[in-house]
Amino acid sequence: MIKAILIFNNHGKPRLSKFYEHYTEDTEQQIIRETFHLVSKRDENICNFLEGGLLIGGSDNKLIYRHYATLYFVFCVDSSESELGILDLIQVLVETLDKCFENVCELDLIFHVDKVHNILAEMVMGGMVLETNMSEIITQVEAQGKMEKSEAGITGAPARAVSAVKNMNLPEMPKNINIGDISIKVPNLPSFK
Amino acid sequence: MALKIVKGSIDRMFDKNLQDLVRGIRNHKEDEAKYISTCIDEIKQELKQDNIAVKANAVCKLTYLQMLGYDVSWAAFNIVEVMSSSKFTYKRIGYLAASQCFHEGTDVIMLTTNQIRKDLSSPHQYDTGVALTGLSCFVTPDLARDLANDIMTLMSHTKPYIRKKAVLIMYKVFLKYPESLRPAFPRLKEKLEDPDPGVQSAAVNVICELARRNPKNYLSLAPLFFKLMTSSTNNWVLIKIIKLFGALTPLEPRLGKKLIEPLTNLIHSTSAMSLLYECVNTVIAVLISLSSGMPNHSASIQLCVQKLRILIEDSDQNLKYLGLLAMSKILKTHPKSVQSHKDLILQCLDDKDESIRLRALDLLYGMVSKKNLMEIVKKLMLHVDKAEGTTYRDELLTKIIDICSQSNYQYITNFEWYISILVELTRLEGTRHGHLIASQMLDVAIRVKAIRGFAVAQMATLLDNAHLLTGNTQRNGICEVLYAAAWICGEFSEHLEDPMQTLEAMLRPKVATLPGHIQAVYVQNAAKLFATVLRKHEGETDSHAAQETSQLLIDRLPLFVQSANLEVQERASCILQLVKYIQKLQQKKVEVAEEVTALFAGELNPVAPKAQKKVPVPEGLDLDAWINKPPSESESEDEKPKAVFAKEEPKHSRSRHTEVDEKELARRREARKREQANNPFYIKASPSSQKVYDAPGVEHIPVVQIDLSVPLKVPGMPMSDQYLKLEEERRQKEKAERKKEKKKKREKRGKERKADSGPESEEDIAPAHQVDIVTEEMPENALPSDDDDKDPNDPHKALDIDLDKPLADSEKLPVRTHRPEVLKSPAEDRVNESIPQETKKRSGKEKKEKKKGKEKDRKRSKEEKKKKKHKEVEEELLESHPEEAVQSEETKEAATPPTSTSAEASELDFWLCSAPVPPAAQEETAPSSAAAVDTSSAAAPESEPDEPKDAEPEDTKSSKHKKKKQKKEKEEKEKKKKKRHHHHHHHSNAGGEDSVQNGTVEEEEPLPPMSNYFLLAENSYIKMMKEDADQVYDIQGNHQDESKVVVSVIFENKSDSFLKSMEFNVLDSLNSKLQRPEGAGAHDSLTVPFQLPPGISNEAHFVFSVQSIVMPQKLKGTLTFIVKSDESSTHEKLDFKLHFTCTSYLITTPCYLYDAYAKLLESGDLKGSSLRLEGINMPFHHLLARICFHHHFSVVERIDSCASMYSRSIQGHHVCLLVKTSDQTVSIDAKCDEPSLLGNVLDEIKQTFSKC
Repeated sequence: MIKAILIFNNHGKPRLSKFYEHYTEDTEQQIIRETFHLVSKRDENICNFLEGGLLIGGSDNKLIYRHYATLYFVFCVDSSESELGILDLIQVLVETLDKCFENVCELDLIFHVDKVHNILAEMVMGGMVLETNMSEIITQVEAQGKMEKSEAGITGAPARAVSAVKNMNLPEMPKNINIGDISIKVPNLPSFK
Repeated sequence: MALKIVKGSIDRMFDKNLQDLVRGIRNHKEDEAKYISTCIDEIKQELKQDNIAVKANAVCKLTYLQMLGYDVSWAAFNIVEVMSSSKFTYKRIGYLAASQCFHEGTDVIMLTTNQIRKDLSSPHQYDTGVALTGLSCFVTPDLARDLANDIMTLMSHTKPYIRKKAVLIMYKVFLKYPESLRPAFPRLKEKLEDPDPGVQSAAVNVICELARRNPKNYLSLAPLFFKLMTSSTNNWVLIKIIKLFGALTPLEPRLGKKLIEPLTNLIHSTSAMSLLYECVNTVIAVLISLSSGMPNHSASIQLCVQKLRILIEDSDQNLKYLGLLAMSKILKTHPKSVQSHKDLILQCLDDKDESIRLRALDLLYGMVSKKNLMEIVKKLMLHVDKAEGTTYRDELLTKIIDICSQSNYQYITNFEWYISILVELTRLEGTRHGHLIASQMLDVAIRVKAIRGFAVAQMATLLDNAHLLTGNTQRNGICEVLYAAAWICGEFSEHLEDPMQTLEAMLRPKVATLPGHIQAVYVQNAAKLFATVLRKHEGETDSHAAQETSQLLIDRLPLFVQSANLEVQERASCILQLVKYIQKLQQKKVEVAEEVTALFAGELNPVAPKAQKKVPVPEGLDLDAWINKPPSESESEDEKPKAVFAKEEPKHSRSRHTEVDEKELARRREARKREQANNPFYIKASPSSQKVYDAPGVEHIPVVQIDLSVPLKVPGMPMSDQYLKLEEERRQKEKAERKKEKKKKREKRGKERKADSGPESEEDIAPAHQVDIVTEEMPENALPSDDDDKDPNDPHKALDIDLDKPLADSEKLPVRTHRPEVLKSPAEDRVNESIPQETKKRSGKEKKEKKKGKEKDRKRSKEEKKKKKHKEVEEELLESHPEEAVQSEETKEAATPPTSTSAEASELDFWLCSAPVPPAAQEETAPSSAAAVDTSSAAAPESEPDEPKDAEPEDTKSSKHKKKKQKKEKEEKEKKKKKRHHHHHHHSNAGGEDSVQNGTVEEEEPLPPMSNYFLLAENSYIKMMKEDADQVYDIQGNHQDESKVVVSVIFENKSDSFLKSMEFNVLDSLNSKLQRPEGAGAHDSLTVPFQLPPGISNEAHFVFSVQSIVMPQKLKGTLTFIVKSDESSTHEKLDFKLHFTCTSYLITTPCYLYDAYAKLLESGDLKGSSLRLEGINMPFHHLLARICFHHHFSVVERIDSCASMYSRSIQGHHVCLLVKTSDQTVSIDAKCDEPSLLGNVLDEIKQTFSKC
């Protein structure tokens, strides 16, 4: 079982949090903080497993994480999950995000958490791995996107126009700022298919 | 009006959307909280509007704020509103919000039930999908109960997208509503073979998760998983299955044997590291489970260790980590194979990665031996010095202590060395583990008597240098050590060289800065030291020194009397008064030493941690019994019984404490000593008692008399390294000595020495001291069990459910009704209510309909389908038709046919013993199975047909719409006695026996084994055995007159050649047809999905559809195959006849309620017939078991030599038997609503008994 999935940036700002067990908001924030604390002080080229799972659940739990550019992707899992499998799942998640957002960067996650949640929902459900096949995930995500668009229809158009206007004068447009994209290079992950 | 709408939508454009919110927050970095609170106010306004789009937008923003840690539970109701929007876009937003912030305590959840149900049955798959996803996060016990049935239906949805989600969410449903597990399990199992890999993987996932917690219930699935493992190519699925096997093997060693080969093959062949790693892990688990039985697995161990070494040496830190992790598992059972990689592991201690270092430490724990302990600890001590970061250093410290103290200090040969190590560890800065070191010091000093002198000396030094430990307030943790030091010095003060000096050290003013509990120990032990000093000086005529000591105490103690700590204060003032009194006596030249010493006489023994719990309750003592009569209600207040134990006792004991004077104390101590001396279980100091030390854990600590060369006297802090050197020298010397001894035929070293050979082995290393380790005290005849109680709150405990037992009526999943109470009411009511009413109404009609044929049925079921849909949309409709609810309940029952334990068990056994893997094992099994075959072929010339398997075909989507005819009748039967045998596979007919026990039970002999495999056909190449039908699956969604029967056939290759391209074909009759894949012609044969190497057997399942079940059927069939030997290949064929008996269409249906049964019999719809069997001389319960087993009946009631039995056909015919026996005659009266079926069943019963 996956107990929680956290995405936060190099400064510990949460970009997505998904807990598969209930915690109060305060505990959730504390877990995010402590996880960040644990993960961020680790060097780049040391192992991606951490036994700091005391925060969530108990000693059976492990933190498995990957660091891409500015973001940490952390999965808290129990012993029924394969460590290398989860690492690969993170990879699948990031690659899927990359496909769905076309060259994903942190800003995509900042402004479209809901989309990220929807993508994640096609991969992991209630803490269990639902789908690992990337093309299947993308198909489903896109089909739902289409449905959304067709529902928005004409009424959606003005809203889109307005949001375009709103974005026009703002200094902070996602595509203008290059925080550095999440480059996908996984040299040492053993093939897993 | 129109204007308002336009205005509304224009307003909406300028509402903040999620992006605006995020942007806003980023622009208000300084006053984020303030900005967000204004945003929340806006959101509250938006939520008040009617426009659902605005609400959805607001909820979307709330979801984001929730992630930032804001509580948004106040908007729960709005979230529900958005969830119920008809637009997918909004619905999804709503469900996402709900999944993020709903939990069991959210009260609006109960409002969602109908909404979720509606979404689940939505025609749009994504609505269903979103609902399932959301539900998976916030499902509550209520939701699980109410929706379990709907979700179960979705498991057979046409879209794999929905199927996989429905399968996955079942796990959550099981957790919240354990009752759903049994009814849902057959379908879950069936999903293991779903054609869609995603669904399959989901099912594997769920079952693995279930099985991990309660593996024994899932053992029967092993063959299925084995098949999946050898056929699947999906690594995710493989990993899960392999992990599952890891959990199953400890329960069934035979499974392990079977697994080893395919796993090793995978290890060799796979390129995926993750899979390789899991394989290695499971092989390790297998080896652990086999470690006792099979010695010849060193190759496998070697392979594992080898592969792990490769992982550990890999540059990828992840692999290194995992390699170490797996290594530690091997270590537990095969330490030798790991120990050879010590170099590698020690090397890992230097790794820059802390996780890896910690893992390596774990490994070291298991790798130590007497020989290398000192060396390893020395290495670790080096690391302690080097380590930066307190966490790692603390970890090292605990590991050192763990390593040394493991299994009762098994590996320590020199306790002086260990004490020095402990003392060295006290110099660690800022450690949190002072108490750990302290408890080790105490433990060693108390339990290793020989070391006390040394320990006391060391502790005295520690006390003397206490300022080093306490100097820095930061180093608080370590001052715990002083607690131990003070106590040891006090308790064993007779070993002190200069007690006066230590006493002085203990009374320094600086001590007052220590934590209270330590001061208290100081004060108390100062008194002990005082006693020692007094006694020392008493002998000398010079009383000056003694008086000086008293003065010292009188001077210093007032400091402690003023302590803020109560304990310290109390002890100090007590002792101060005592000393003052003694001083007076001293001045009168009275000898006091003896009495003062008596204050502290007696030895403290260590007590095992669980000793208290294990004190057995003496015979005849009932702890629950009232000591006095319980107060009756009417009794007046003042008559309250006095002996309320808890209240009186503490008062009593306290007053005693204060009253007792020292003489009295001494007297008591004497008395206790006497008592102890007479108690053989009391461990005491006298040498005679040493023979008592034969408790486990002590015998491996050799007690050796050694003329100790030079007791080490290291001034100040001892250096443990010196011991290391010394130890080596000592060992050398010993070795040499031993050699001499050998020649001298040993004289000195009595006890322990065994003939030593060659290089120094473990046992040869003798401890350097006369060491006797006192074991901890345990109460007399303590119970050995020390299971830690499992967490009673563990949700998985509730899921420990036997899945093989047939489903009882009461276990159906609740189905919507307008009166939910009906669901909960005991099964009785339901049976009583529903059956008579319904059946009477329906049966007549249905019979007619049935005659009219299939066509009509089809129509009707379609209609029903429509109705059903309708129902799901409109709840009210349903409420007006309570009958329908009942009806769908019944369908449910049909949807989850019972699985029989016996079938499962035998299948597993068969599968396990036909393991093709280890050649040695196979030789054993081969003859036995051959013998078994012989009996079966002799005993069963005409085979009994078909076995139903749970492999239900795919087309089961409209599972709900079948009406079961409910008709009941009574029949009575007679019996004869005869015998019949065909036994192989041991078969405990659990179902049968269970039901037999429903009746009155006299002491019964064990049942002879029964089997349900019959020879089908055989030639020189191949043998086919068919499993007798144990239950027949009436597949849901089929029409009433057409049922499916699964026949499982075992093919065994008897030749020396390879058999391949096996094709199975049957000549269909009008009534029974072999189910062929779509597109295949009516006469095409089915390919058997495997090949058979020589001597191997395997099992295949074939599905037949059968229309009428009232007559037995015979089908002719042919098996064609190619025999391939080295030089040639030939085509061969084998003809066989499949025999479908009528009993094979009966389903063992437990009928627990005699009332319902009686009603059924009285209803008059059933036609009777009877049978008489002569000369049956088997015990009655055997006879019943036989009927149960071979003819799928269950016992309803049994009274003496008369039993009523019940069964039901797959098409809902009731069959009732009344079996009576007297002398050797058995009479069976039978009733059934289908006379020809009954006639045939009776004939078959007769045949069964005529054969035996």
